[in-house]
Amino acid sequence: MTIKTLFPGRGRAGDPSEGDVRGQGQAGVGPSGTRRLGSRGTGDSRTNARDRAERRLAVRMTAPSLILMALVAAVPIGYALWLSLNQYSVRTAGLSRFVGLDNYINALTGPAWWAAFGQTFLFAALSVSLELVLGTAMAVLLNLAFKGRALLRTVVLLPYAIVTVVSAITWETMFQPNLGLVTNVLSALGLPGGDVVWLGEHGYAMAVIVLADVWKTTPFAALIILAGLQVIPRETYEAAELDGSSKWQTFVHITLPLLRPAIVLAAIFRTMDALRVFDLPFVLTRGANGTETMSMLAYTQLRENRLVGEGSALSILTFLTVMAVSIVYIRFAGGNIRDVAKGER
Amino acid sequence: MSTVTTHNKGQRPTTPVASRRRPTREGFPTVSPKKRRLRGEARLHPLVWVFVIAVMAFSLVPFYWLINTSLKKGASLGRGELFPSQPTLENYFSVFSNAEFLLALRNSAIIAVVTTVVALVFASFAAYALARLKMRRKALILALILSVTTFPAIAIAAPMFSIWREIGLYDTLLGLIIPKLTFALPLAIYTLTSFFREIPRELEESAYMDGASPFQAFRKVILPLAVPGLATTAILVFISVWNEFLLAVTLTTSPAARPVPVAIAFFNGTSEFDQPLGTISAASVIITVPLVILVLVCQKRIVSGMTAGAVKG
Repeated sequence: MTIKTLFPGRGRAGDPSEGDVRGQGQAGVGPSGTRRLGSRGTGDSRTNARDRAERRLAVRMTAPSLILMALVAAVPIGYALWLSLNQYSVRTAGLSRFVGLDNYINALTGPAWWAAFGQTFLFAALSVSLELVLGTAMAVLLNLAFKGRALLRTVVLLPYAIVTVVSAITWETMFQPNLGLVTNVLSALGLPGGDVVWLGEHGYAMAVIVLADVWKTTPFAALIILAGLQVIPRETYEAAELDGSSKWQTFVHITLPLLRPAIVLAAIFRTMDALRVFDLPFVLTRGANGTETMSMLAYTQLRENRLVGEGSALSILTFLTVMAVSIVYIRFAGGNIRDVAKGER
Repeated sequence: MSTVTTHNKGQRPTTPVASRRRPTREGFPTVSPKKRRLRGEARLHPLVWVFVIAVMAFSLVPFYWLINTSLKKGASLGRGELFPSQPTLENYFSVFSNAEFLLALRNSAIIAVVTTVVALVFASFAAYALARLKMRRKALILALILSVTTFPAIAIAAPMFSIWREIGLYDTLLGLIIPKLTFALPLAIYTLTSFFREIPRELEESAYMDGASPFQAFRKVILPLAVPGLATTAILVFISVWNEFLLAVTLTTSPAARPVPVAIAFFNGTSEFDQPLGTISAASVIITVPLVILVLVCQKRIVSGMTAGAVKG
């Protein structure tokens, strides 16, 4: 069986590619394997040579990505560690002194870091739990066969694709006093909230930020969970039905447990994202009214207050916090991640 | 051979939709055709319809309001009318006459296209090695790559801010492309790895039989088959790079390098007395249109890419 028979019409007639492939076949297994093959000609050593060639190729193919990622991820984080141990003069460029862990001690003993820490986790807990509940419901809907399912899928996907900054602006227009849809509807119905400056008070502002996040990212959770839903064999439901289980019972006792891996995966992705939240509060409140998150605090110290040492310490703290949470997740739901990593799905 | 031919068109096997693959029920005595129909395509419980409509409204109404706001000006804007009484395109004209916004559009386009292309080239090599080739510590390498996706961007942006100012890459397009690439690469590698895994191994085996080297098998056999996967990955990477905000806002300071999301965010703070929400909304609508078209045209790809490798059986 040749490549040609496998791919009729894929290569042009007389395509040099086929000649290439065959030519190499005569010589052995490609440029790197050929030399070793010269001495031994048995089938065994041919496989070994191909193994070696394969391993060498694998290293060469992954190296560019790994080097780039190391250079642009690991090196800066290492440099941030160094920066965080120094204090830099705001007035004189280049003037700095080594202060050890002072920046960390100041951050960890002051109120700002812990406030941002608390707000970030509050935001993550609220938005991720809402997204998982709504996402599961959405996934169940999308898994039903009904007229209009394709339309529903397209519609829920729209918020996911738009720029986060735009989603923030969209919800800003919804909640603006006087000109917002929600505020107008609330006051027309005489409900509380119509005359509230939503982005001007802590609880309300956080609600808008959470809503904007839920709106944009629930589709992501829903699609992950939907993929999990679609691999549950139909027979499972039929068996439950024959046993006289109600639809709700079937969902709670059969579907949900089988969906657990998918839900956990969605939770991991969403939590990691939520803990890094930056765009939404940046546009909606600029961190005012107690909505400053960890990433925002580090950004503000660095860019707006020009405190390079302090900002770097805060960014390292943010990094450590997110890493710690991801380690907890991997411990808690380890099998999942390891399977994904190993590709044993 | 039959599996080979089904995959030949380069399509990923789709997860069977429950309704389509209904097993025959000869052996089951109790289920009436009527019940089957009720469970099948045709009808839903009215409450479920209510829920469907609620979900659609939740997804679409904010868009409507954004467009509505973008069509209003002055007093009409302040009254919050459900339908603009005097719709005007003035906000759009002022966005398009804004040189900084146009520059930002250009910057975003350059950054997103260059980052996507470079990420795809690098990632297709790495993903193939990780999906197919024999390799030491493969699981560890993949875990390392995946872990980069969980890095908070601020941890990179903060030191990069200092490094780039030292070496002159601060506030340049290249200075944005490089760190964005770091976050685009893991996404691309992860998605492509799961696409490569779905291409049947027999294809490479027979290429080897014909004497191809592993790299030739990749370039001549696998890569052409992976075009749909590459396209999907390109869309996902493009969207994520286009949307990225934190690196963009930290590493730029002037309109010369600012991409669209940052430009729009800074529309906000320019004037305290004017109500710029109409213009901002118009700008938001303008940059959302291409993404909406992308979703409408490439919906299936986006979905398959997002869930690639997530929970496939």
